[in-house]
Amino acid sequence: MYQIVAKEDVTPQIHLLEIHAPDVAKKAQAGQFVVIRLDEKGERIPLTIADWNRQKRTVTVVFMEVGKTTRKLANVKAGDSIANFVGPLGRPTRIEKSGTVVCVAGGFAIATIVPIARAMKQAGNRVISIMGFRTKALMFWEDRLRRFSDQLIITTDDGSYGREGVVTVPLKELLEGTQKIDRVIAIGPTVMMKFSSITTLPFGVDTVVSLNPIMVDGTGMCGVCRVTVDGAVKFTCVDGPEFDGHKVDWDELMARQRTYLDEEKRSLEMWQQEQAGG
Amino acid sequence: MAKLDLNRVPMPKQEPEARSENYDEVALGYSDEEALAEANRCIQCKKRPCVQGCPVGVDIPEFIDALRNNDMPEAVRSLKAKNALPGVCGRVCPQETQCEEVCTLAKKGAPMAIGRLERYVADWELNHQNDSNREVAPATGSRIAVVGSGPAGLTAAADLAKRGHQVTIFESLHVAGGVLMYGIPEFRLPKRIVQAEVDYVRSLGVEIKLDSVIGKTLTVDELQEVGYDAVFLGTGAGLPMFLNIPGENLNGVYSANEFLTRINLMKAYLFPEYDTPIKVGKKVAVIGGGNVAMDAARCAVRLGAGEVHIVYRRSRNEMPARLEELENAEEEGLIINLLTNPLRFLGNDQGWVYGMECIEMDLGEPDDSGRRQPMPREGSDFIIDVDTVVVSLGTSPNPLVPSATEGLNTTKRGTVIIDEGTGKTTKAKVWAGGDIVTGAATVISAMGAGKRAAASIDAYLQGK
Ligand SMILES: Cc1cc2nc3c(=O)[nH]c(=O)nc-3n(C[C@H](O)[C@H](O)[C@H](O)COP(=O)(O)OP(=O)(O)OC[C@H]3O[C@@H](n4cnc5c(N)ncnc54)[C@H](O)[C@@H]3O)c2cc1C
Ligand SMILES: Cc1cc2nc3c(=O)[nH]c(=O)nc-3n(C[C@H](O)[C@H](O)[C@H](O)COP(=O)(O)OP(=O)(O)OC[C@H]3O[C@@H](n4cnc5c(N)ncnc54)[C@H](O)[C@@H]3O)c2cc1C
Ligand code: SF4
Ligand code: SF4
Ligand code: FES
Repeated sequence: MYQIVAKEDVTPQIHLLEIHAPDVAKKAQAGQFVVIRLDEKGERIPLTIADWNRQKRTVTVVFMEVGKTTRKLANVKAGDSIANFVGPLGRPTRIEKSGTVVCVAGGFAIATIVPIARAMKQAGNRVISIMGFRTKALMFWEDRLRRFSDQLIITTDDGSYGREGVVTVPLKELLEGTQKIDRVIAIGPTVMMKFSSITTLPFGVDTVVSLNPIMVDGTGMCGVCRVTVDGAVKFTCVDGPEFDGHKVDWDELMARQRTYLDEEKRSLEMWQQEQAGG
Repeated sequence: MAKLDLNRVPMPKQEPEARSENYDEVALGYSDEEALAEANRCIQCKKRPCVQGCPVGVDIPEFIDALRNNDMPEAVRSLKAKNALPGVCGRVCPQETQCEEVCTLAKKGAPMAIGRLERYVADWELNHQNDSNREVAPATGSRIAVVGSGPAGLTAAADLAKRGHQVTIFESLHVAGGVLMYGIPEFRLPKRIVQAEVDYVRSLGVEIKLDSVIGKTLTVDELQEVGYDAVFLGTGAGLPMFLNIPGENLNGVYSANEFLTRINLMKAYLFPEYDTPIKVGKKVAVIGGGNVAMDAARCAVRLGAGEVHIVYRRSRNEMPARLEELENAEEEGLIINLLTNPLRFLGNDQGWVYGMECIEMDLGEPDDSGRRQPMPREGSDFIIDVDTVVVSLGTSPNPLVPSATEGLNTTKRGTVIIDEGTGKTTKAKVWAGGDIVTGAATVISAMGAGKRAAASIDAYLQGK
């Protein structure tokens, strides 16, 4: 069992858990993920490592409520325990001095991009960050990302904060501008990563994305996380999760993410009825 | 039932109509009377050929004799002295090519039903909470790390613990048991049997650390640095192979590993009580002809698929599946398409598979494996409608541990190279055995490898 040391509601739908997991805390690096399972009947779900504290031997994850497991996880309190917590999985982000790096993040992935921006900054890069949200109420961690960014741009779809529009607009402006951009790291919902990659393609700028297909084991055993990159089949959990965004077969990935839509809906509805009843 | 020799006491089974709708065990086990009648057939051969046929050397005549003398604790003790997982082996060992093949009575047409008796003794123990064989030698102070909790790792751990060493198993999944838990379905091997045998290994003082992916959470070098005197690698052959044909990533196309893991490990057959879903359509094609394909197909039947096909590119003679499993599967209504090879999968605009283009095959000259090589018959392509496909072409060792372990050499197939006599790898103080060395094989051969490595590790530790 793994104990929850702290819980924070970052926004009404996005939550942070700091979990006591000494082995994972010792090894965690930016860009890696864990697989968790709440209880005996639970599903195994992957979550990116948002932070770690080697002294306290804890690992932090930030997640958004989307289905049954993430909603159940949102009910967990400090002091409670979850059944399984395994990691760190996947390859860490390639951290090197490339010059100017643009970190683009959408929604819950702000939490994922913070340790990457931090590592990029520490490696001596100039870091420009772009964070995008649907609306101001869903925004979080502006201060944290700003700490590791030489420049920070915020967008909201409805214009309630920062610039109105999606992240690809300022991204394109940066690419067209005078400063040389050496690398782009885009993490967030699949469509956002797809369009960020399409935006950078004509400029030939190295673009890294972190894919989130459905997973089960997270160790290369089941193959459900397979994606096509540059015409070859890769297992996201062991070969990724980061890949060259210009080479990912996005439409295939998006179709595969929809595999269990009906079942997920049914599972969530049944759980909600149970909650309401009991 | 004409195929079963009447001289052997038959094993009662659930009827096909009933069992294809439930997940309960198909073979029901002997009653006391049946077990005694079968045990009484053994002629207690002086030369004990049956023992030679068993990769772990179970003292077969002795345990059978104890059984018929109604000394069940002794039967258990005798069996467990050599085999830490008798309830598993009694159910899934391919006995017909091992102990039973060389049984003296086989020459007379009907070998002893050794596996069934083994199962009977193991089940008796489970129901009688016997603890006659927990003898452990005095502590030696040596620490051993076993990586992987499949049959190879469990056996190595049990043998080493019995010799007084302190053993920790590191397992990446959330339960111990390896393929016994995630691969072989409940209706052939109930998970409570596996867990009872895992608990037995624990009761010998073995610690099992779950959620520990070696190569990620900890590396083999780190295990050595923190003071493990020896490491045994039993990580199996868990990497699924694919056909590498167009459309293989369509929705509805599973690897056998994913399909079986969802069902067995995650209990998707109990969805939505359990959270992990599985989607099985009306017409399922399982590609491959081995035991794994049979298991996947029989799971699909139980999940309510209207029609389940096995698609295999050679003929029935070359099928690697056990005859008994093939018969069980056919009784449950499976349709077998032989000499058929898929060329590509067809998908709709939502990315779901709806069909499979296949070609008919002819058998040509024998290949390296001695099996006749299938050759496509020009112009014979046709399309089968399917909405679910399970690709079951076999597995190879997962490269996670070898790629993170300097000095551990592997073959081109990805299997770890060992010294045949001892199980020693090319890396100092590291042994390996089971599917990681042989590629996908059997439970009992993995156990034999675990035993061999345990003996070698013990000799090494004593010589230190
Ligand atoms: C490497 C990786 C890192 C991730 N990191 C984070 C993170 O840091 N924070 C976060 O909020 N989410 C993250 N996700 C997504 C997260 O795993 C899913 O939101 C979660 O599994 C949904 O579970 P559920 O039961 O609540 O929803 P479900 O009802 O199961 O599904 C709702 C939605 O989530 C998707 N989904 C379902 N199961 C999975 C699965 N096993 N893996 C991925 N997506 C799935 C479905 O396509 C669907 O759109 C990550 C995914 C991957 C692969
Ligand atoms: C569906 C199916 C049906 C089968 N039916 C039969 C049958 O009827 N009879 C028979 O004799 N054989 C059968 N087999 C084959 C048999 O199950 C295997 O040969 C046997 O389990 C191999 O044992 P093992 O200990 O080498 O590996 P496994 O059983 O594969 O166990 C390896 C363990 O190591 C763990 N592991 C892997 N990597 C790591 C890591 N990096 N760190 C930590 N842990 C790790 C895995 O999670 C797993 O638990 C079947 C196989 C399958 C898939
Ligand atoms: S373990 Fe397998 S091979 Fe050995 S005696 Fe038992 S059934 Fe036969
Ligand atoms: S060979 Fe057959 S008959 Fe002879 S001792 Fe062994 S089991 Fe009994
Ligand atoms: S999640 Fe199973 S192989 Fe990647």
